[in-house]
Amino acid sequence: MSVLTGGHSATDAARERTFGPLYSRNALAVVSRGLMAAKSSTWLILVSGFFEPVLYLISMGVGLGPIVGTVAGPGGQEISYAAYIAPALLAVSAMNGAVYDSTWNVFFKMNFAKLYQGMLYTSLGPLDVAIGEIFLALLRGLLYATGFTAVMAVMGLITTPWAILVIPASVLIAFGFASFGMGITSFMKTFQQMDWINFFMLPMFLFSATFYPLSVYPQYIQWLIQAMPLWHGVELLRQISIGSFSPATAVHIAYYLVMIALGITLTTGRLRKLFLK
Amino acid sequence: MHNEATRSFSTSASLQMNPPAVITAENLTKSYGELTAVDGISFEVPAGESFGLLGPNGAGKSTTMKMIGGVSQRTSGKLSIMGLDPETHGPEVRAHLGVVPQQDNLDEELKVRENLIVYGRYFGLPLSYLRPKADELLEFAQLTDKAKSRVDALSGGMKRRLTIARSLINEPKILLLDEPTTGQDPQARHILWDRLFRLKEQGVTLILTTHYMDEAEQLCDRLIVVDKGRIMAEGSPASLIREYSTREVLELRFGSERNATIGVELAGIGERVETLPDRVLIYANDGESALEQVSARRLRPLTSLVRRSSLEDVFLRLTGRSLVD
Repeated sequence: MSVLTGGHSATDAARERTFGPLYSRNALAVVSRGLMAAKSSTWLILVSGFFEPVLYLISMGVGLGPIVGTVAGPGGQEISYAAYIAPALLAVSAMNGAVYDSTWNVFFKMNFAKLYQGMLYTSLGPLDVAIGEIFLALLRGLLYATGFTAVMAVMGLITTPWAILVIPASVLIAFGFASFGMGITSFMKTFQQMDWINFFMLPMFLFSATFYPLSVYPQYIQWLIQAMPLWHGVELLRQISIGSFSPATAVHIAYYLVMIALGITLTTGRLRKLFLK
Repeated sequence: MHNEATRSFSTSASLQMNPPAVITAENLTKSYGELTAVDGISFEVPAGESFGLLGPNGAGKSTTMKMIGGVSQRTSGKLSIMGLDPETHGPEVRAHLGVVPQQDNLDEELKVRENLIVYGRYFGLPLSYLRPKADELLEFAQLTDKAKSRVDALSGGMKRRLTIARSLINEPKILLLDEPTTGQDPQARHILWDRLFRLKEQGVTLILTTHYMDEAEQLCDRLIVVDKGRIMAEGSPASLIREYSTREVLELRFGSERNATIGVELAGIGERVETLPDRVLIYANDGESALEQVSARRLRPLTSLVRRSSLEDVFLRLTGRSLVD
């Protein structure tokens, strides 16, 4: 038999496309690879990522909520404690999902599975790989956010139609973290270094006005928290969840847009350096 | 100058039709800081030729392969693949290439057949083309009955064949094989050689690195011997052996203590005596008569063996070192 007969039109057509050295407009191939791999991987990991914020919401909101009573939400409106922390937990889960996908997952594929080396020996450029992987992280984030918002609705924590916008806003948050996470991971060589990521994430989760208002801190700590990305995500979702918007809403969104732009630039630059050296 | 060298060394029949070069390297250099991995090498590979880079580990073979694939930027020199510079037209050049890396990097999260399909998608090829192509390649790699298996359930030889099948999904004009049979058992190596030989018959240009001389002799029309980033010699396996070695070699073992000092006593037998830590090599056109001379001098080796010269001897002659440490 021959492996070289027939079918030339298909390969030739693929060859005739305009290629840049970094991007071949084929991130879709990376996405479909991810979906195919997810199909045969264990569903348990996917499901656990969904349950984590739900469990927090139940324990803190339902358990701690009655003791706390109502809290002043964005714009000064009194809301239940569960309604106060639910959007914050959604922001945290968007962050965690995106960070897991773009750090541990990418770290493994880069250093152990040698997946990207294989990809970059094809027509794919580093930018195709980065876009495809980030898109997959966002797709997972979208699933989680949709599920969590449904849980919020069931628990009676949604009072305005604006709240549906927390779903795209979570994807925006995930995008910010995913684009940055992948670039940062490219600097990591060992598992010990990967632990630094957790070292950064855990305090951010606990102190970014997730469970109580920022006003409890002295001024300089407030500034520090406000410089961190998660605080902007928490505030953005909290505002959207009760439909209380202010000029700060635009600042939160802008923060993420800048984070995405910087993250993509960093990641592409790093991939280029790592694989096209 | 280079063209002439290429033609005079070549024994390939296809070369007489003078096909255009698909790969041209001129003074190709790659430095990593202080270390110069590839030190100004030049070569040309015409379409359909099977071209080898033979050398020990660290000679710069893999680095050269990476530069051809456009995944490593050269420090200086010129490189053209099918008329394109892989540095500026990476994706476009790689669309013509099939790559078999030194270590299998199959997608362990996918099944065997999915590996082929997904890899084809990376080239932007449509499923209508990929589905029948994947089945055809599975047959070529003798893996049809493993189509739905997990990759980690395959043996080493099967993984290697799948990697080769995968590299053919885009119908490459040039196949880059980095140490294609290293680490395989003898039977698996023969199967791989057979598959590679079939590709060669179909007109695929093969570029392979190896540190096995038998592999180079089996597969290469022409090769360059590389050491420390430089080309030491260039030609067909037969012409290199003719030029740098004798027809036969007499291998003598006197035991590790005597090996070192026996060289003096053997002087004058054959054309050249080479003393290695574990054995002494006598290069002679007639190995048997050399052995008779050794016996006449009442030197009693523990073992003696007469064999034909191989590329190993060429390498030893050129560098003073063995190919496989």
